[in-house]
Parts: sequence; structure tokens; C-alpha cells
Amino acid sequence: MRLPCPICGARDRREFTYRGAAVALERPDAEAGPEAWDDYVHNRDNPAGVTRDLWYHEQGCAAWIVVTRNTATHEVLGSILASEARRAGSAS
Amino acid sequence: MRFSGWRVLKEGLTGNKGWQAHWRDATPKSEYDVVIIGGGGHGLATAYYLAKKHGITNVAVLEKGYLGGGNVGRNTTIVRANYFLPGNSEFYSHSLKLWEGLEEDLNYNVMHSQRGQIVLFHSDGQGDAMARRGNAMINQGDDAEMLDRAALRRMVPYLDYDNARFPIYGGMLQRRAGTARHDAVAWGYARGASERGVDLIQNCEVTGIDIEGGVVKGVQTTRGAIRARKVAMVVAGRSSQVAAMAGMRLPIESHVLQAFVTEGLKPAIDHVISFGMGHFYISQSDKGGLVFGGDLDMYASYAARGNLPLVEHVMEAGMALMPAIGKARVLRSWGGIMDMSPDGSPVIDRTHIDGLYLNCGWCYGGFKAVPASGDVTAHLIATGAPHTAGARFRLDRFRTGRGLMDEEGTGSQHNLH
Amino acid sequence: MRIEGKGLVEGRTPISFTFDGTRYQGFEGDTLASALLANGVRMVGRSFKYHRPRGVMTAGSEEPNALVTLGFGAAQEPNMRATTVELREGLWARSQNRWPTLGFDLLAVNDLAAPFLGAGFYYKTFMWPRRFWERVYEPLIRRAAGLGALSGAPDEDRYERAFAHCDLLVIGAGPTGLMAALSAAKAGADVILADEDVAPGGRLLAETIEVDGISGAAWAREMAAELAALPNVRVMTRTAITGAYDQGTYAALETRADALARRPGAACGTFWRIVARRSILAAGALERPIAFANNDRPGVMMAGAVRAYLNRWGVAPGQSVVVFGNNDSAHRTAADLDEAGVHVAALVDSRHYATCDLDVPFYPGAEVCDTQGRRALESVTIRSAKGEERLRADCLAVSGGWNPSVHLACHMNPRPVWNADLLAFLPPENALPGMVAAGAAAGDFSTRACLQGGARAGQEAARDLGFKGGELAVPMAEDAPCDIFPLWQVPGRGRAWLDFQNDVTVKDVQQAAHENFRSVEHMKRYTTQGMAPDQGKNSNVAALAVLADATGRGIPETGTTTFRPPYVPVPIAAIGAGGSGKGFAPERLTPSHDETRQRGAPMIEAGLWYRPGYFPRDKETHWRQSCDREVNMVRGAVGVCDVTTLGKIDVQGPDAGAFLDFVYTNMMSTLAVGRVRYGLMLREDGHVMDDGTCARLGAQHYLLTTTTAAAGQVMRHLEFVHQALRPDLDVRLASVTEAWAQFAVAGPKSRELVNGLLDAPVGDATFPYMACGAVRLGGINARLFRISFSGEHAYEIAVPARYGAALFSELVARAEAMDGGAYGMEALNVLRIEKGFITHAEIHGRTTAFDIGMQRMISAKKDCIGKAAAARPGLVEEGREQLVALKPVGAVKELLAGAHLFNAGDPATSAHDQGYVTSTCFSPTLGHVIGLGFLKAGRARIGERVRMVDHLRGSDTLCEVLDPIQFDKDGGRLRG
Repeated sequence: MRLPCPICGARDRREFTYRGAAVALERPDAEAGPEAWDDYVHNRDNPAGVTRDLWYHEQGCAAWIVVTRNTATHEVLGSILASEARRAGSAS
Repeated sequence: MRFSGWRVLKEGLTGNKGWQAHWRDATPKSEYDVVIIGGGGHGLATAYYLAKKHGITNVAVLEKGYLGGGNVGRNTTIVRANYFLPGNSEFYSHSLKLWEGLEEDLNYNVMHSQRGQIVLFHSDGQGDAMARRGNAMINQGDDAEMLDRAALRRMVPYLDYDNARFPIYGGMLQRRAGTARHDAVAWGYARGASERGVDLIQNCEVTGIDIEGGVVKGVQTTRGAIRARKVAMVVAGRSSQVAAMAGMRLPIESHVLQAFVTEGLKPAIDHVISFGMGHFYISQSDKGGLVFGGDLDMYASYAARGNLPLVEHVMEAGMALMPAIGKARVLRSWGGIMDMSPDGSPVIDRTHIDGLYLNCGWCYGGFKAVPASGDVTAHLIATGAPHTAGARFRLDRFRTGRGLMDEEGTGSQHNLH
Repeated sequence: MRIEGKGLVEGRTPISFTFDGTRYQGFEGDTLASALLANGVRMVGRSFKYHRPRGVMTAGSEEPNALVTLGFGAAQEPNMRATTVELREGLWARSQNRWPTLGFDLLAVNDLAAPFLGAGFYYKTFMWPRRFWERVYEPLIRRAAGLGALSGAPDEDRYERAFAHCDLLVIGAGPTGLMAALSAAKAGADVILADEDVAPGGRLLAETIEVDGISGAAWAREMAAELAALPNVRVMTRTAITGAYDQGTYAALETRADALARRPGAACGTFWRIVARRSILAAGALERPIAFANNDRPGVMMAGAVRAYLNRWGVAPGQSVVVFGNNDSAHRTAADLDEAGVHVAALVDSRHYATCDLDVPFYPGAEVCDTQGRRALESVTIRSAKGEERLRADCLAVSGGWNPSVHLACHMNPRPVWNADLLAFLPPENALPGMVAAGAAAGDFSTRACLQGGARAGQEAARDLGFKGGELAVPMAEDAPCDIFPLWQVPGRGRAWLDFQNDVTVKDVQQAAHENFRSVEHMKRYTTQGMAPDQGKNSNVAALAVLADATGRGIPETGTTTFRPPYVPVPIAAIGAGGSGKGFAPERLTPSHDETRQRGAPMIEAGLWYRPGYFPRDKETHWRQSCDREVNMVRGAVGVCDVTTLGKIDVQGPDAGAFLDFVYTNMMSTLAVGRVRYGLMLREDGHVMDDGTCARLGAQHYLLTTTTAAAGQVMRHLEFVHQALRPDLDVRLASVTEAWAQFAVAGPKSRELVNGLLDAPVGDATFPYMACGAVRLGGINARLFRISFSGEHAYEIAVPARYGAALFSELVARAEAMDGGAYGMEALNVLRIEKGFITHAEIHGRTTAFDIGMQRMISAKKDCIGKAAAARPGLVEEGREQLVALKPVGAVKELLAGAHLFNAGDPATSAHDQGYVTSTCFSPTLGHVIGLGFLKAGRARIGERVRMVDHLRGSDTLCEVLDPIQFDKDGGRLRG
């Protein structure tokens, strides 16, 4: 399995550490309330298909990236830096 | 038909013509008291106990593929009761007791073999944590023994005691732990349920769950609509998709877990052995293959197959722990879809929809849970109240923080187990 | 029997070898199977269940019968296919799964009991009495089962692992693969051509077919030479591609059987990870048997294998051969045998329309319906329109058609597609990203079609990758059409084998269907069809056909089981190369490692690090003596301890303070420059992740420490928080754990010791408790922190790592002159337990700040990671288990970590569980055993007595519940 690091290019999966769904970027406000926090920390769409998830290029450039991937086929569709995804998310 | 040695003899002498189907292939009726979505181990066991213990036989088990085609047919067959947190502790204890009478109960040889499991530890700190676990097991009424290096060496001499990167300090033995023939468990429950009148319906995929006014009314399937008073979702591996049909978003991420078997070998490993430092566990099947596995691949996946980094890590761990298996050759690898819950423990609960029940989140430990999961789920469906052995597997524990069961201590949040 | 003038091994060096104790001779280039057949050895093994005599059936890695054990001692290798074992001088092989001998095997009695041992019989019996399963039935079954045996000794052979990258991976070096590789290479692509055989050529080595007017074998040699001369081609022989994985990754096993590999210490194989932008599946096809009664006797072989032994190794597998098939492969075998002067007793072709111009007895529209022979084939029964006829024969060559080797194309889940004309499963279109199938693997069975298909696939792959050219003239070769008529099983009495290895017969499959195991997966699992070492390569398709017939479905509706890696079995030692012994994980050594070892300290694994347990001195015979002395030394004088292993993370930038406020529960932005603060980090789930210190070295510069165990996790977490949650903060992080050697200097004389080394001494006023700053020491820049994990007046001093060893030696020497010295982990642990300081024994992942009495450290003034989840009701309930100290007060003065706590008088059962002990020690300072633990509502129960029970180690005693801090509660010694 290989993943495209936006900084380093295609790299072996061994260089990355996985974190899970990219909803982790959408951290609620401190006062959002228990339901919102429960949803953020625990509940997931968990699609059998295209998903966006977080990987850390730990044995490489140390970038956290968001990879668009198909969980049913393992096809990789693209990636961006998590920092850019977060900025784009908070701008919208 | 009753299975027995005499029957095998009699049929053998008469050309084996008298054997019957192990279960009936039913066509779906338009209505049932209970519809169980999922014909895996847990779903079949639920149906069996509904019929046997609660006399509820107007039940259908709907399976989109073939019976026992999920994780009950692709695990490393380990049966144990070595949990230590309230909730898991009483549940797996209950399950092991059911395993111990399962063959007589089902009249089906599931080859449950209490060959003992040894979990190794590699530091004083790990030994202390293991002691806490072992004492909890005994508190629960199960068995556990602490073995020092010398005792281990006598029992399992082929481990690397002298040159290991992480020296073996000792191990904890549960003699009542062991293995079972995984497929036979599904078939035995299927046969038992079918004999009691349950309809087992294969190649029938649920495409919708009918809910009116907060009450479940039935399901839509590829073989037509089926009305039901109660519906249970018992579909680990596809829980998120099925629950989504009821508008639910679950605390589940699906991951791939790989496992491996070697070519057949003469008896070499008597016990189940777990190597904590390497995420490695191994036993030898009755056919002679070494059956072993390791950690998750660590990425969300529904592909039911994995990749090489984990494969290599598992083999390295095997070589580190027991270099005598180096010349055993891996014959087959496979992958299963794991319902990973935040705290690594399952959910058996009602839902906010009246009559709709949820059984999910078995992570990589669902096989040994099959009997108790069926018993507890059946009890919940039949009586409306949780069984004492499964009362803590609540869905709302994540929201409230009460009764989290994070056995590994890696957090009650995703991707850390 | 060797045939003069045939084969490619003629004239080569003779080699002697041993099989089952008898010495034989073969030639360089022989396989064990060809050499055994040349010596007339026909029975080479026993089947798994019925222990039926078995002989060589194929000439490749798919061999189901001829599994042998090679070597002895640690070098013993079970389950080796005689058909792929390269003959070498002194090779020592023996048959397996028989007792006492191959010829006289007691378990052959199973064959007589076969009516009782049909598919799945064991699910129906062995249930009574209950205890007998583990004690009687299962041990007997286990002993009877299995094939070869492991030696039990550690594997001493060395394997390697390697990566390779290429534009195009060509899998299989037969006519298709050779053309594909050359075509792509000529266009300029980087090509790897891999084949499991010892030389390129594939079926061309086994046939009399000519290519371009020369023998196929000679043509393959020329092609191989041409490829080898190209700089952009790597030809990997003896290399089986074993699995296909995501993003063009392939696993491969290269086996080194040449002389070089047998030198001591040399690797005997390499497990490759090949990353290819494109691949061509040119893996050919495997011939399949036909099921008829007693089709498993030694001497019954695949027709193509008979040709291979004849044409490649010059061996006639029999003196009188019957050939039987439903396609032209049978004719080709008859022709080659006849040409070589081997007696062909009959050519039996099930196709009624078939013709034959060979001068051999020809039986069109006929079938072989039975065989005879006790230990090997003696005669064959042929059934034709004229009735049944028995012919003497010692070899029966069978062809039921060819199965394209679609396996790798199906490793990523898609199922193969049934082709009703070819009667074969073909690779699905676009089965695997970047892979195309060509040649026989794609259903092109003529040599010419293979050459064409290979050339085309190679060129297209190259073009697809942006290369131009690569057009090759396709050589002339036979181009016979595929003509096959369905024949899976010959009706009749007697058992007809499908899966030879696992002893699965046609009846077993029918029985399974009868018992409602109608799904192909159920049939497989119930009968074990296809689960043997050949993984159904020889038998799955025929078994499917039988199941389809028994269930009234077609073959495509019946479907296939799943194809899974590896394609051929791979030794655990190869995939796990390097994992044994110390190779399993990196070893991290502290700067003081050498000095510590010289001082005789036993080392303890702490994660990947090694740390000293204690530093024994003369006359100390027990670790406790050393530990107690070291504790007293720290409390009374001064101790030195290497704490380099603690994680150190450098945090710099204008927003460093704001960032740290967000990751720590407490405020760090308010920390003054030159000061240190204890910090607690939570996970987002509200539980404690780690604790440590945070030192502010400058206005925009902080240095954090983490526990040894959590250093990696914390770094990952901080990068996540910064990049994924707070990219708005201008801050940068760097792990500097290995850049700085750091030593704790603790005890009343610590300042004296430190000042003896500093260029400018420090005083209590200028450098109070929790101060930090840059210092100079012997002319080098160092950092000093006045922090303590022992409860004593203490410092941690950090220098660039390269000075660490020297500084440690100096510190210890000076400490010893002051009645102090080095201390290890045991003493460190005692010191911290006395002070109630926690480690990962306490913050074990399930602990909250509330549990350890640090809830007030979660600042109300700001948000931080984990704050919201930590406020969940379940995480702050009074009834939770809370940190306390414990002291034994019963008759037995013992505390055991891992023991559980109960109210005095309660039974020691789960229902009454009140908590557990996490850390214990003998405290020389307090003069008794103390411990830390968690007790339900513990903070409110100080002074209470509870029962401690450890069932495992047989301990049951009363304890007093104490405040967690048992020594110097007001911290006077820290500050003094």
C-alpha cells in the first residue's frame, strides 16, 4: 500500500501512522454541549466507499495529511495537508 | 436427526445415504415475530437461544451471503475468558461456561478444545498488569495461573528464552481457554435453530428498515418486504451501513484484521500462545496448520484483505517469539472486517427505535463471544430487559462516560486499539 | 528411467542423493522428482487422511502428492515439493506422514474405514463422554493429522528482505513473459521479469515445440540472454510472485539454491516487495486432472508433466503408458512418448469426434474408469462403446484441460470469469489496477498466441507509461486451436479423487451438497476441498463442476472460493526475516550505557531503551540491598541517574504559549521565562495521556518532557493538534530526545555536586525550586533544571548528547566521593512511590485527572484537549477508583502490584471488588512496605483498613489506606 504525501510524493504505507476519519478536524467549540462532543469523539459515518482519513507521515516529513480513499477497494484518490484542509474547513 | 458415533457407523455401513440437511433453506414469510439481520455466529446464536430458552420460534435470520460467512468463518478460533473490567469480565465468563456445554447442547462437535492459553509478559510492569487481570479473572470465578520462566520453559520449551529482544519474564495461563472449529459453531447453531423452527434465509440482503412513529415495523430485502415486531441488527462488519438504514450513526470504525495459516505439520504447539510485545498469537489446528495473527492493519477498510507491512510484522513477531517455526510455510492469509468501537468493547442494547436492537462493536474478539452474545441478545429481545451478563454493553456509555471498558488502556476513542 | 538423447540434463554432472535411506544418482539440473522417477521410484508419499500411496503427479509448485522432508536437525524442512526441489550433492530427503515406513504405514487402515470417515464425519461424533475430546479423541486426531514435522530447533537459515521498484513487472518467463519483457524493455521501460522456475522458458522447456525454427528451449535461452544484456531489465529466476497488494505492490519469494547460498551465513532466500507501475500476468496455466475411480495411484500423472519429465529431464515416468484426456494435450503426450520410443499402451480421448494419426492404440469417445495396483499403478480400466477393457500400464497420463493461473489477478477480491468455450476461469477485466493478463493466463493456449499476446501486452504497458517503440516481430510457432470437451468426472463405482492431498472425493462433495452445504464456501469448509498445500490449484475447478452438477446449477452460478495470498507457500522465516533475536526491534542505548554496563548494572527494557535496574556494589548479593542503599544515598547524600530516555520536545514560536495552553490542562503561557511547571495532558476522550514538565527557556521557547513510554505518542499528538486543529498558531515542534543527554542529580548534596561542575555556581535564591536556564559546564553549553522526581533537592542537567558519557562518569565519580553514586530504576521507583508520584503504572490509560486528584489542574479559564470529554458525568463520579497509598497492617507485611482490594470481611469476588494495587516497594526511608493503588472513593477513606487479595500468588492481608504522599508531604526537602 502506498500513499501520496503532498510534500514527499508516493511513499510506502510503512512511513505513515493512521489516525482515522478526517472528522477529527472538525473539533467542536468548547461549549458545544455533550451531544456534539459525543458525536465528535465517538460517532462515525464509517463509509464502505470513499472516505477521508488522517495519516501522519511520521517516518518522513512529519506532515499530517488527509487522504481521500476508498475503503472497499483501497484505491487512493488524493491527499492534501491537514493544515490546508483545516484552514479550508474553518474558512467555509 | 441425532448425531452420534453410532449414527456415523450405521450410515457408513449403509452408504451414507441417510444423512439429512443440517438446516432447512427457508423462503421468507411475509411476517415474523423477530427478524435477525445477519446470519453470522452472533445472529445464529441469537436465533437459537430465542427458540430454545424463550420459545420464540417465529424468527427469521436474514443473511445476504452464506451462513457463517463473516468473522465466524475467518478468525483464529481462540476461546478465552481473560478480561478484567466489569462488563467484559462477567460476559466472557458466561460465554466460556456456555462453550463448555456447547457440544451436548447443540449435538454438534464444534471441537471446543480447552488446550490452555498462555499470555506472556516481558517486564515487571507488564507482569503487574497481568496479575491485576489474572486476579480479576479468579474474582470472577474463572481460572488463571501465573507461570515463571522456569515453569514456562517446561511447558513451552520452544520459545526464545535466551536471545530475545524482549526477554520472557513469565506468563499467565488460563487452562480453560483454547480453540474451537469456527465454522462448526455457525453450522451447529444454524442446525439447532432450524430444528426449532427458525427460518434461515441465505442470499437475502436487507435494503431498508421500516420504522413508523419510532416503532420498527419490518425490513425491506432483496427478496421482498418482511414485517416484524422486533428487528435485531447483528451484523458486525457492516453495522454502520445497516444502522444507517435506521437513521443511526454508530461509534464504529471498520478495520481489517489479517490472519494466517501454514501448511499442515505434526503437533508442535499445544497451547494458544500470545506474545504481548509483538501483537502475535498462535495455536495449531487439529489438521496441523499453525493458525496465527497479529494487530490490525490500522486503516479503515471493508476490503477483507490486508497489506504487507502487517504481514511482515506478524511474521517477525513469530520469529522473535519462537524461531523454531521459521520453516513452517504460510499457506494462506485472509482478512476480516472488524467493527472497532471506541473502547474496544461491544454494544448489545436497545436503540431509540422501539423494537429495534443492536449488537455490534466486537472489535477483534467476537468469536469467543458467540454463545454469550446470542444468549444475552436473545434475552434482551425476548424479555425487553438486559441479561445480567451483558447489562453493561450499553450504547450510551460513550456519551456518559460511565462503564467504559478500555481493556488495553489505549483510550476510549477511535484508532487506538 | 532415462531416455537417451532426450532432455536438457544429459551430460551434466552426476549427483548422489538419498531418499528414505536409499542412495540414488541424478544429474545437475534434476529436481528431486525427476531424479526419483529416473530411478524408478514411484511411491513417494501418503495422503493426508486415508494414507493412500501417492506418487509424483505434476512437475511444478502445484504438486499435491510428492511432499517430502529435507535435511535434519535445525535444517529440517517439511512439506517440500519434490517437483521443485533442485537436486544437490548429498541431498537427504524422506517421505512423511507415514509410520513406520512409506511402504508399510499403519494408518493406511484409515483407507479401509473410509465409509465412516466421509466429509465432515467429525462434526457428528467424538462428543461423548465430554472429557474425552481433549484427553482421547483430539490427541489421536492431532497425531494422525499434519504432514511433515518441524525440527523443534530454532531456524538457523538466514533470509533477507528487500524492496525493488520498476515500471513493469512481468510475472512468468514463458513465451508470453519473455516477449512481454523484451517488448517493454526495448521501448525503454524498467522491467523485472520474474519466474519461479530455475530458468526462463516456462512450458517451452517441457515441450518439443519449435519457435522460430529452433527448439523452444533454445529460443528461450536466446531470449533470456538478450534480456540479461539489457541494462533496464532484471531477470529474477527462482522467484515466485506470491501476492498482489495495493498500489502496485507485489510480494515475491526468491529462493537461492545455488552453491553461493549454501555457504555458511549466506542468505538462502529473499522476500521481495516489488513496487511496479504496471504488471503483466504471464503466469501460464495449470493442467487439471479428471476424477475417476482410483485416479490417485502412484503412476497417475498429468499429461503435461509426463512431457516435462520426458522432454526436460529425459525421464520416462513409465515403461507402458496409457494417455487419457478430453483435449489435445493428451495427443501431444502420446506423440512425444511414441517419438521417444516409450510404449504407449493406449490413447484414450473422451471426445467421440477426435482423430489420431499416431501409431498407437486409439480409443476415441472412451474414458478411463478405474485403475488397479497396490502400491503403484499396475493396470487401467478403459470404458468405451465396446465395453470395459483392462490394460497393463505403469503410468497413466491425464489431461482434463488447463486452468489459467488467475490467482494473482484475484488477490484483490474480484472473482474470475467463466469461459464456456475454453471451459476455464479467466482473469476478470481490470481485476487489479495496472495489471493485464496475457498468454495462457488469459486463455491463449497456443504458443503463437502466447508470443503474440506477450508482445502486445509488453508494448501496450510501455506505451501506457509513456514509452515509445517496442514493436517486436512475433516468431512463428504452433497455433493449434483449443479443442476441449467437458469431462470432470467419469461415472462409476469407487472413490474418485478431487483434492488429492486432503483426500476429498467426488462423493464427499456430493454428500456435502446433500447435507445442504450447497454454497461453494460451505462445501469447501465442510469437505476441506481446496484447503491442502496446493490450495485447490489441481482440484478446485473440477470440484466446482461436481458441486454445480449436484446442486443443479451451472459452474458460473456456483462461483469460486476466494483467491488469497500467497500463491505458493512462503516460509515464516522469509517474510519475518530479521525478526528473530535482537532483530525484532531497534535497541536504544543511553549515553551512559557503556559505563553502566561496566559497573555491572543489570539492564531492563524500557520500551526500546535499556535502563539500569540498580548498580550492585561489593558484598551486595540481592537487588534489594543495592536498591535500599541507592535510596538511602539519594535521601542522605546525592544520587545520579540517566534520564535521557524521557521524551524531550522543543516548542518554539510566537504562539508557543497559546499552543501549550491548548494541549496541557493547565496554563503554560503564564509561566515565567526560566521557570518549570508540571503539566498534565489529556487525550480527547478525557483520560490522562501523559504527564511531564514544561520549561520556559525563552519568551518563545519551551521545552517539554514526556514519560519514556509516551514520547512518540505525545510528539504525534502535538503535531496533530498543531497541524490539524490549530494551524493558525505560529509554532514549531521538534523532538530533541536524542540530542540531549540528561541526568538527574538528586539529594541534599546535589547542589554541591552540580556547582562543582558548573562554570558559574547556582544558589537557592538565583536558582530556586522549579527554576531552569542555560548554564556552562566545562566550557560547553548546558541546561539546568531544578526539578525532582525523588522528592529531594534535585537538578536535571542536560548537555549535548556527545558529552553525555563523559559527564555521567564525572558526575558519578564526584557523587561517590560525596558518599553518593549512581542509582537505577529500582531506586527511582521507590523514591517516587514514597512521594506518591505517578508513572504509567498509575496513568495506565483508563485514569482521569479526577482519579489521581488532579482535577483542579484542568484550568477553567481555557479550552484544552480532552476538557469537554473529561467533564462527562462518568469521569468525575465520587465512586470512581481514586489514587491512594497503602501500607500492610496484617500479619503478613506484603503488598503485591496487581492484587485487588476489598472491604475487610467481604469475599474476594468481582461483585465486591473495591480496587487494585498498582505499585509497591519496600521503603527504606519509612521502614516498611508501601504501595500505590486505586480504591473506590479512596480519597474519603484515608485511615480505613481494606483487604488485599492476590489469588495468583496466594496473598491475603489487611492494608491501611493512606494519603498518596507518604514522604515529606509539605515538600520542604524539594525546596530546601
